[in-house]
Amino acid sequence: MSAEQHAQHSHGHDHGHDHHDDGHAHGTMGSYMIGFGLSVVLTAIPFWLVMTNFLGSTQTTGLVIMAFAVVQIVVHMIYFLHMSAKSEGGWTMMALIFTIVLVVITLSGSMWVMYHLNHNMMPVSAHDMSQMP
Amino acid sequence: MSTEATAAPTDANPAFYLAEEPHHPEGSSTALGFWMYLMSDCLIFACLFATFAVLGGSYAGGPGPKDLFDLPLVALNTAMLLFSSITYGFAMLATEKGKVGATQGWLAVTGLFGLAFLSIELYEFAHLIHEGATPQRSAFLSSFFTLVGTHGLHVTFGTIWLVTLMVQVGKHGLIPANKRRLMCLSMFWHFLDVIWIGVFTFVYLMGMLR
Repeated sequence: MSAEQHAQHSHGHDHGHDHHDDGHAHGTMGSYMIGFGLSVVLTAIPFWLVMTNFLGSTQTTGLVIMAFAVVQIVVHMIYFLHMSAKSEGGWTMMALIFTIVLVVITLSGSMWVMYHLNHNMMPVSAHDMSQMP
Repeated sequence: MSTEATAAPTDANPAFYLAEEPHHPEGSSTALGFWMYLMSDCLIFACLFATFAVLGGSYAGGPGPKDLFDLPLVALNTAMLLFSSITYGFAMLATEKGKVGATQGWLAVTGLFGLAFLSIELYEFAHLIHEGATPQRSAFLSSFFTLVGTHGLHVTFGTIWLVTLMVQVGKHGLIPANKRRLMCLSMFWHFLDVIWIGVFTFVYLMGMLR
């Protein structure tokens, strides 16, 4: 009985339709193509914006291409890495959120601290320079 | 089994034993463990991105991004990596249907796109070094080569892994262990594409705007 159940179970698993909540969701042809199409568009637009300098201002262009990158990363996470709040009982999402927090702290912290360090340590004028030891 | 089970209930707190290990489907916890590895790898890249963010403007009188970067080449490189992502997706779809030949074929195509990406990157690096823009030239170039080179190294090892898996699948077919390995490489490969989004946006496109 138990051996039969076991066999049935592994049979079900071979087809990838196991009802276990084992987490790794599989994509379909449609979801991969949607992800690919979105990625192509989200890649092409930033390149086009920078190459043609369409928006004129570098600051606006910078912010817009950063936004495109964030959207494209989310697209990749959903359509290629099959992320969802339910995979592995929510643990992959917890790990991802924790990592994003660390990445944000690392990046913004480094830039903030080093910008001020640069700012405060640089001699501001030739007069200051002559006072340097 | 039954002797163990009957020994305990004399206590107020009965103890329970599992007669056998619960059946875990192949690779169920591997996915979470591999995801943890990817997240730690993500932190390595975060540190390299932070380094580039701090040092990316320090040219030391040397060439800057506008003198060095060739955006059409970077766009081509990005396309190679994006194509390799979708073809790996097709390989995974073939794996789920149990088609060994199609899996092998799509893996081979993915590997070729990976090699194309690496060739273009090496050509770019060789071109930069030929122009005197070596990693020793300025802090900007040191951080640039470290960040982009680390990503390229990941793609190199991913390609080696891919060839290894093609040999494994050719030898043993699509057994559960090989499906698990293909799933891990799938996560690794798509993760590298995610990192590349950060690289082309933050290093190349933002560099041209500086």
